[in-house]
Amino acid sequence: MTNTTTLRASGGPNWSHRLKDAGFWAEWAALVGLLVLVIVFQALNPTFLSPGNIASMLVAAAILVILAVGQTFVIATAGIDLSIASVMTLGAVVFGQMYQAGLGLGVASLMAVVSAGAAGAVNGVIVARGKITDFIVTLGMLSAASGLALILSDGKPVTVIDPLLLRLSTTGIGIFGWSFVIAIVVAVVAHVVLFHTRFGTHLLATGGSPESATAMGISTARIKIAVYLISGLLAGLGAILLVGRIGAAEPAANTAFLLNSVAAVVLGGVSLFGGRGTIVGPFFGALLLIALVNGLTLLGVSQFYQPLAVGIVVVLAALLMRFQK
Amino acid sequence: MTEQPQVAEKTAQPPRDVLLSCDDVSLSFGNVRALVDVSLTLRPGEITALVGDNGAGKSTLVRCVSGIHRPDRGTITFDGARTDFHSPEDAREAGIETVHQNLALVEDLTVWQNLFLNREIVRRLGPVGLLDRRAMQSRAREMVATLAVNVPAVGSRVRRLSGGQRQAVAICRAAGFSSKLVIMDEPTAALGVQETARVEELVFRLRDEGHAVLIISHNFAQVIRLSQQVWVMRAGRCVGGRRTAETTGEEIVGLVTGAIGS
Ligand SMILES: Nc1ncnc2c1ncn2[C@@H]1O[C@H](COP(=O)(O)OP(=O)(O)OP(=O)(O)O)[C@@H](O)[C@H]1O
Ligand SMILES: [Mg+2]
Repeated sequence: MTNTTTLRASGGPNWSHRLKDAGFWAEWAALVGLLVLVIVFQALNPTFLSPGNIASMLVAAAILVILAVGQTFVIATAGIDLSIASVMTLGAVVFGQMYQAGLGLGVASLMAVVSAGAAGAVNGVIVARGKITDFIVTLGMLSAASGLALILSDGKPVTVIDPLLLRLSTTGIGIFGWSFVIAIVVAVVAHVVLFHTRFGTHLLATGGSPESATAMGISTARIKIAVYLISGLLAGLGAILLVGRIGAAEPAANTAFLLNSVAAVVLGGVSLFGGRGTIVGPFFGALLLIALVNGLTLLGVSQFYQPLAVGIVVVLAALLMRFQK
Repeated sequence: MTEQPQVAEKTAQPPRDVLLSCDDVSLSFGNVRALVDVSLTLRPGEITALVGDNGAGKSTLVRCVSGIHRPDRGTITFDGARTDFHSPEDAREAGIETVHQNLALVEDLTVWQNLFLNREIVRRLGPVGLLDRRAMQSRAREMVATLAVNVPAVGSRVRRLSGGQRQAVAICRAAGFSSKLVIMDEPTAALGVQETARVEELVFRLRDEGHAVLIISHNFAQVIRLSQQVWVMRAGRCVGGRRTAETTGEEIVGLVTGAIGS
């Protein structure tokens, strides 16, 4: 059944039609890759799929999933948030300072999210109103946010031992740690926002064709500001989970989180040129990256090889998607 | 040059039978003077044509009226009120729908998403509004069916459409929302014979339903066939206007090329 020249408008999506859509494959490529990895690692080391290992992978994936969702929103508008990990560091340091000052978990968490959100909003306003390339603005913020984190913390980590925060990463529902549950909720909400709200449609239109979006009365500047704000807020949420996970607020660089957040989005089949993307794709992309690192560790491969492996997988995935078109 | 009103700075109220009036509208892009003191009027319930050679400034004028550009100087009065559109949304709110020369479609969105772009149907669930995709898809099918040109399933992405199909989608969109004025910038440029005839039928139907239509075309036969009023632009200026019934194709050609002075 072809759908290009039928005279009358026919029904909704059907399966044969979806299977021929390159976007469909791009969306599920990360899941297919994940399954392949799982099968290979399980064959090589049977502890890979033990409940304990799955649970620890999911907890490790939570922060990356949340960052990848934020990155997806930005990349879908044809931007990129290079500052996402430094902003998370800034959020973590703000959290640590507030907590150390005795303001309690609630205030510390709120301020972490607010400060990271503010950094995101600054990115958005400069990109949208100052009409400066996303790449440059967020590169500047990468440096500025890390600098601020160093200044605020005076370069020293703050130990945060909070029973409630500890429970986020140590308990949960079955094998799903609370931090992963939070990540799932974030992903589901993001999916609904992207595909079932006007904002989501306007976001994809802004990424796909800013001139057309503008001509139809969409304020692309407002969309740009919004996606960077969202990215910042999610980095703030990631900061809380990060502090919970390592039990300290450190002014560390967290570069791996930046690279992996972009990698998860690419693996998830989101176009770097904007305009098309999903949440499911980057979600599985993030799981794939975590599974890769975890599996290599289980197999006793030196840590030094892990970034190399991640790099190869990402470039291979990008090449695969290129050939599909 | 009988139709042009004098500068309406303080003469305020335009005549009742004027829907849109541009008065001394000028716009430059750097050194390019795209519009120089353009003045013209449009009557309600009429089809008005705008003609001129490539680069004459027709699309630029359209983009001023539809809120994409803001004129450097001059005023645009629509439906009795002086307009100051800051964005295309303002123009759409005021009742101006436009088929742009570049069509303004988003390739990665589906036909129905493009038809409802920024006019989405939303179901309210408490504080959040969720898209009513079903309603938009079925309305989109109706919109497409009324034009009945070769448009594919409304669920397909615009990227897969032919040039003519895209044009049909853009026209459907402009015609689909209740508006006072529909502007079409070369709507039949990429269309076949049958499709062109369909679009012309649609233009007549829009007029019969009470919309005013401003159509830009390089096809003088079409202009004579469709319009009641023709305006001619040359090198950024509006060099003349004629009632279509009182002019000929030759005279319009003469005005366009400059063989006939204004
Ligand atoms: N955004 C812009 N920036 C700079 N110059 C522009 C811009 N838009 C239009 N121009 C210039 O303004 C002039 C008028 O262009 P316009 O597109 O209005 O012509 P047109 O009458 O629609 O021509 P055509 O029949 O080819 O569509 C041209 O010289 C063009 O180069
Ligand atoms: Mg033009």
